[in-house]
Amino acid sequence: MLKSRHLLGMADLDPEEIVLILDTAGAMTEIAARPIKKVPTLRGRTVVNLFFEPSTRTRTSFEVAEKRLSADTLSVAVAQSSVTKGETLLDTVRNLEAMAPDMIVMRHASAGAPHLLARLCRSVIINAGDGMHEHPTQALLDAFTIREHKGGLQGLKVAIVGDLLHSRVLRSNVQLLNKMGANVWACGPKTLMPPELPRFGVRPTTSIDEAVADADVVMMLRIQHERMHGHFIPSTREYFTLFGLTPERVARAKPDVVIMHPGPMNRGVEIDSDVADGPYSVILEQVANGVAVRMAVLYLLAGQEAVTD
Amino acid sequence: MKMLLKGGRVVDPASGRDGEFDVLIEDGRIARVDKSLPADGAEVFAIKPGWLVAPGLIDIHVHLREPGQEHKETIATGTLSAVTGGFTAVACMPNTDPINDHPGITELILQKAAAANLARVYPIGAVSMGSRGELMAELGAQKAAGCVAFTDDGRPVASALLMRRALEYAGMLGLPIVNHCEDPSLKGDGVAHEGFHAARLGLRGIPGVAESIMVERDIALAELTGGPYHVCHMSARQSLRAVRDARTRGTTNVTCEVAPHHFVLTDESLEKPIRYDTNVKMNPPLRETADRDAMLEGIADGTIDVIATDHAPHHADEKLVEFDHAPFGIVGLETCVPLVFDRLVHAGRIGVSRAIALLSTNPARVFGLPGGSLANGVAADVTILAPDAAVTIRAKDLKSKSRNTPFDGWQLTGAVAATIVGGRLVYNNEAL
Repeated sequence: MLKSRHLLGMADLDPEEIVLILDTAGAMTEIAARPIKKVPTLRGRTVVNLFFEPSTRTRTSFEVAEKRLSADTLSVAVAQSSVTKGETLLDTVRNLEAMAPDMIVMRHASAGAPHLLARLCRSVIINAGDGMHEHPTQALLDAFTIREHKGGLQGLKVAIVGDLLHSRVLRSNVQLLNKMGANVWACGPKTLMPPELPRFGVRPTTSIDEAVADADVVMMLRIQHERMHGHFIPSTREYFTLFGLTPERVARAKPDVVIMHPGPMNRGVEIDSDVADGPYSVILEQVANGVAVRMAVLYLLAGQEAVTD
Repeated sequence: MKMLLKGGRVVDPASGRDGEFDVLIEDGRIARVDKSLPADGAEVFAIKPGWLVAPGLIDIHVHLREPGQEHKETIATGTLSAVTGGFTAVACMPNTDPINDHPGITELILQKAAAANLARVYPIGAVSMGSRGELMAELGAQKAAGCVAFTDDGRPVASALLMRRALEYAGMLGLPIVNHCEDPSLKGDGVAHEGFHAARLGLRGIPGVAESIMVERDIALAELTGGPYHVCHMSARQSLRAVRDARTRGTTNVTCEVAPHHFVLTDESLEKPIRYDTNVKMNPPLRETADRDAMLEGIADGTIDVIATDHAPHHADEKLVEFDHAPFGIVGLETCVPLVFDRLVHAGRIGVSRAIALLSTNPARVFGLPGGSLANGVAADVTILAPDAAVTIRAKDLKSKSRNTPFDGWQLTGAVAATIVGGRLVYNNEAL
C-alpha cells in the first residue's frame, strides 16, 4: 500500500512505493492483452477527471484506465466548467464532491493546485500535471518503460533534453530516477534551465552530444513554439540545430539506447522524424504503458480508501 | 488632564536618553521626563520592571485598503491593528481603489482616520495619476492636503524619466519619493523568489536583481537630483549593497526599509511547513538565506534605516486559491514588535535603542513626521513594551480585518504593553 492517500508528486513516494506501483502495473498490462479488457476492481467507484488544461494523451489514458477497472468516470473539461464564471477551484471541487466521487484526477496550470485540494477536500487526489511542478504518472510510466527494456533503473545514464525550466516531466522524472539510482543528465539551453539545477541531483550540460554520449536512455522534452517570445530561444530552427535529436546524435549513445518523449512531439524542433519513428524509439510503448501504470495507481489508491473506509 | 508613566526604562534615541525615568504627560503632550516625578494629581500608569517606555512606533508602509477594498481592511480596523501592534502612527499606501492621486482621496482618508481616532494616519500620495506611470500627479496639492511622501507602491515607477522628474519635483516640496523597486520585464509573471525552492515547486521566479537593478537606477537619479529617496521593502542582498555603496561614497539622500518577514523568513517557507502556503506569497518575495542574512547585517550595521511592515491585508477567500492566483502580501502590524524583539534584540543582533530607532526615530526622520521622540512639548505618542513577555501569535485573534499571516502559532518573546496617542491610552494589553 502507499503511505499517502493521494498521488501528488514523486517527492512523496519512496523507492519501495515506486517499485510497488511498477510491479502492480506489470500485472495490469496483462488485462490489455485480453479479448475483454475489463476487470471489476473499481466497480461502484466514481472517478472525476478534472482537466483545467487541454490534454489528449493523459486524459484519455486515465479514462481508459478507469474504464478497464470498471469505475464510473466522468470528465470535466475547462470550457464547460464554472471556472469561466469566476468560481474558485475550491468551490468547483467542493460542488463536484457533493456528488460523492471517490477520486479526482486533476490537471491544472498552477503548480500546487492539487496540494490545495489534498489539504482541503475529501477525495483522493491524483495529480495529472500541475503547472511546471510535477506529472507523477508520466514519470512512473517512463520508469515502467525503461524497466521493461533495461530490466531496472540502477546505474543507467539517462539524458533528459529540452525545455527543462518549464517541464513538470523533468521535475517528476529526476526525482524518480534519483530515487531508483539512475544517473541523470539534464541538457538544454541556459535560458531554459531552472536555477540551481545541480541541486536537483542532475548533471547539467548545454551540449546534447555530451548528454547523449553513452546514454542508456534519452528523454526528449517538448519545446513550445512560443518560447521565442520570452527570449528563451531565437528560433525553433536554431533550437533544432543545437539541441535537436538527430540520428547522428543517437549514434553517440549506447547501442541499445531507448528514445523517449512524453508527447506531444514537435517533429523537426526537438526530434528528427527519423529518430521518433526509428528503431530506438519507444514513444508509443510509453503511451501503452501509461494505461497500465494509471490502472496501478488507481487500484493502489482505491485499495487504501477501502481499508480506511 | 495629566498622566504619569511611573517607572520603567525610557529609551529615546532622538535625545540619547536611555535609563530609568518617569514621563509626565500633560494636555496630550510630553511635559517632563525626569527621575522620580511626583504624581501631583496625575493619573499614574505603573510601568512594570523590565518594561520599556519608547516614543510611539511609526510604520511608514501600511495598506489600509480604504477607500475601495473595505472587505480587506478599513481605516478603523487598520488603525486598531496598528495601536494593538504598538504603532501610534502609520503612513498608508495609495494603491486603494481609486488610487490616491487626488486631494479628495487624501481628505477622505484623513477624515476616516480622525473618526477612528486611534493611530495617526499619514497618507502617501501616488507619484503618477492612477499609478500608471504616465502623468505626474499633483504632488503640491497632495502635500497641501496632507500627503507626507509619494509612491506608486504595488507597482514600480518604471520610467527613469518620471522618476527623475518626480525626485526633482517632490524634492522641491521637501518630500521623499518611495519606490517599490522591481524591473517589470525581469519580474515577468513571477510569483516567488527565483531560487532552488521555487524551481523545485515549479513556481515562476522573480530574481533578486529585478529589485536591485531599479534600486541602483534610483540611487543614480537621487544623486543626480538631490531629492530625498526611500527604497521600500528591500529584500535582495544586491539592493542592500547598492545602498551601502551609496552611503560609502557620501550620498545622504537615500534611505531604505526592510519588512520583518524579510529578515525572519526565507524562500524555504514555500515548502515548509506547508507546500504552496499562499500566506508566504508576498512581493517582494521571501528570498534565500544569503538575502535574509544580508538584511540582518544591514539592520545591525546601520545601512537599513527603518523597519516597516508592508501590512497588506487580504480576505481569506482571496488567499484560498492556487498559489499563482493568490494576491501578494501579509498582515504585519501586530506581529512586528514580537518579531523585532525575538529575532533581533534577544538574538543579540541589535540593542534596544537601535530597535526603537528603526521603529520610531528613523521613520519619523525619513518622512519628516512629527513624533519619534519624547522631547518636552511634543505630542505624547508613547509605546510601552514588555520585551521579556512571551507571546503566541494567533491569526484568529488579530484585530486587523484580515488574517493572512505566516506567523500563526509562532511563540515569540516581546510584547506591546500599551499604546498612547496624544496622551490618550488607546491600547492596554490586559494579558500582561
